[in-house]
Amino acid sequence: MSTTATHAHDDHHDHAPKGIWRWLNSTNHKDIGTMYLWFSVLSALVGGGLSFLIRLELGEPGIQVFNVVGEMMGSEAKQFYNVTVTAHALLMVFFVVMPALIGGFGNWMVPMMIGAPDMAFPRMNNISFWLMPPALILLVLSAFMGKGAGTGWTLYPPLSGLAGQPDMSVDFAILSLHLAGASSILGATNFITTILNMRAPGMTMHKAPLFVWATLITAVLLLLAMPVLAGALTMLLFDRNFGTAFFDPAGGGDPILWQHLFWFFGHPEVYIMILPAFGIVSHIVSTFSRKPVFGYLGMAYAMASIGIVGFIVWAHHMYTVGMGVNYRAYFVAVTMAIAVPTGIKIFSWIATMWGGSISFKTPMVWSIGFIFLFTVGGVTGVVLANAGMDIVMHDTYYVVAHFHYVLSLGAIFAIFAAFYYWFDKMTGKVYPEWAGQLHFWTTFVGVNVLFFPQHFLGLAGMPRRYIDYPDIFAEWNMVSTWGAYITMASTVFFLIVTLFVMIGGRKSVANPWGDGATTLEWTVDSPAPFHTFEDTPDFTGGNPAAHPAE
Amino acid sequence: MTRISAFCAGWVLTIVSASSAWAQELPTPSFPVPWQLNMQTPASPVAEQLVEFHNFLLVICTVISLVVLALLLWCAIRYNEKANPVPSKNAHNTLLEIAWTAIPVIILVVIAVPSYRLLFYMDRIEDPELTVKVVGSQWYWTYEFPDHDISFDSLPLQDNEINVEAGQHRLLEVDTPLILPTDTDIRILFTATDVLHAWTIPAFGVKLDSVPGRTNETWTRITIPGKYYGQCSELCGINHSFMPIVVHAVSPEEFEAWRASEMAANHNTPDDANRFAALIQE
Repeated sequence: MSTTATHAHDDHHDHAPKGIWRWLNSTNHKDIGTMYLWFSVLSALVGGGLSFLIRLELGEPGIQVFNVVGEMMGSEAKQFYNVTVTAHALLMVFFVVMPALIGGFGNWMVPMMIGAPDMAFPRMNNISFWLMPPALILLVLSAFMGKGAGTGWTLYPPLSGLAGQPDMSVDFAILSLHLAGASSILGATNFITTILNMRAPGMTMHKAPLFVWATLITAVLLLLAMPVLAGALTMLLFDRNFGTAFFDPAGGGDPILWQHLFWFFGHPEVYIMILPAFGIVSHIVSTFSRKPVFGYLGMAYAMASIGIVGFIVWAHHMYTVGMGVNYRAYFVAVTMAIAVPTGIKIFSWIATMWGGSISFKTPMVWSIGFIFLFTVGGVTGVVLANAGMDIVMHDTYYVVAHFHYVLSLGAIFAIFAAFYYWFDKMTGKVYPEWAGQLHFWTTFVGVNVLFFPQHFLGLAGMPRRYIDYPDIFAEWNMVSTWGAYITMASTVFFLIVTLFVMIGGRKSVANPWGDGATTLEWTVDSPAPFHTFEDTPDFTGGNPAAHPAE
Repeated sequence: MTRISAFCAGWVLTIVSASSAWAQELPTPSFPVPWQLNMQTPASPVAEQLVEFHNFLLVICTVISLVVLALLLWCAIRYNEKANPVPSKNAHNTLLEIAWTAIPVIILVVIAVPSYRLLFYMDRIEDPELTVKVVGSQWYWTYEFPDHDISFDSLPLQDNEINVEAGQHRLLEVDTPLILPTDTDIRILFTATDVLHAWTIPAFGVKLDSVPGRTNETWTRITIPGKYYGQCSELCGINHSFMPIVVHAVSPEEFEAWRASEMAANHNTPDDANRFAALIQE
């Protein structure tokens, strides 16, 4: 319960409940946000540790690491490798990025940014969070039940069916995702209601901060996509346990049906992970350039159009399943179209910096890193959008490189940017600038050394989800693993410094970033008091958080 | 009697020539080199176009990334707080916003034109000269020539069976490779018996999933004789990393000889047995 230590000093501002019940029964958006963030850190330690194991194994040809690890886990090396790949992906998607961006920063900042005292449904907020730990436990169990769920996070049948995994492991993974999905649906309804109904007087949607826009769109995507996953998972559960044959050709079903249902959820899911990051980066770039966001409305509607188009591009994950050529042609067109609103965002961020007076504080360098690396991940996305070209890249390391550039170097960079940006606000402490800068530069070098060579491996033909590879791929894999060492060292450094700062850091002020920070959370004390905005701020005469000198 | 001896002589001859065709060390025109940066050497018209198209995309990608990088660096140099202490308040420029919406659209259209041409070209062919069926199973491939009653399994070689001196590669060799003719329009059909698999030869620009209960179709036309490698490209369980694909591309004449010998050796199929029995009786 290190969270208690973090927030102990809140107590004398307000009358926060004491002890364990403060957290178990919490209806406070800040406490719940804090729990989501700690939960995300815990999952990241496991999920990141698993990815480090994968890189260690792939550092040289042959099977060396998983012989030992598999035996320790009472499993066979090759099966445990598949289990590791599966658990890494599921952890990072459902238990690291989503809880951090939506549950963590969303809960913490959205009510404050719109001048609301809390979320619309505080008790539902509590159950949203407390569904996540059981989901995590079920996921961890799925790795150890029977042979462990080694199906990949996409859970493609028949491998995820009784034919491929006859033991209970996949059932545990299904139940885990059901709980995480229920949590997301509850959280999404809460955010939608809060944002639509609880904005301060005068704050029309067209005046709402972009992170609020991003969270609203993300919540809508969650609300529409998660039930589809839930339906598909239930069908798979029935196939496995109750003799149905939705995905079994022997009973008149079709394994490809699963892929359509999964990716109808799965593609909006990747935007669910990146849209809040877009919102965060907009705020940080504006704050540290001391300029309002360039083309605010264009930014908001670019996110909305990415969200909408995100629902009609799903089958670009399935170019090799044998779809008719006209379907593939359609998915090429709509997928490439997404590059347009994404381009608008990239250029608008640069235009926000243009003419600004930029200070390169830690959150800003993470955001600039995000903009560049997301661009690199974006252009390889355009390459993959071409159904013909994708034949060469599909299921190779090129795809692995692409989605780690947009998620690991995109979403995770935005999470770090947000962490440094709001660290003062959440903890009341000052994060030492040198440590944040060192963390950024080491991570930046590490992840690029890690993921850039994977483009080369993929182009040369190395398939993904392989525990061992032909010796010809040894060189770039070795380089990639060096990158993992650098990244891991950087992360350990970050964890140690953060621990020290949280215990003994200097006290911060309400607004450490100066007149560029114009959203409402900077008008309250740091750390933010237990209750904020019990008197609603008034936007009818303009933004009360904007600085009069401007 | 003369017919029988002629048959036998021909049979022996084809066996010898055929076995030599795939026992000899074939060149590996597309094998990657250490530190390889780009795609494998193409060995089919489709793969040639894919390489060309990728190099075109690579230029566009590099230029876009470098432009974004240059703009960011320029902002960092020109608009840092020392160089520019007073920020401008400009947050709108309609012309600029139209430009960065329209220009990407134009770039995408420029990409889409060759992309669609390639997509429809590589889909399938009307009149194949040869059909081969690929069946994926945990964890090996089965090849069938449905028009010639030829069918065999292609099992992976273990590490201790690999002959490195003979130019064999760990994790890539099989006991019986698939023999295909060069300069022939080949239709390839795919299916699977248990879970999903994906068959690929990167040098041919071919990759398609093997799905139980479905038959998928694509085509290729091999331009360079030699030995080609691929690996299963859809997660299929514990030995997913260990079900390689090997194709020996030989001249149409050598292929014809191999095909005849395989058919003759395939006594167990009723068709062949009947034909053989008919020959004996004469």
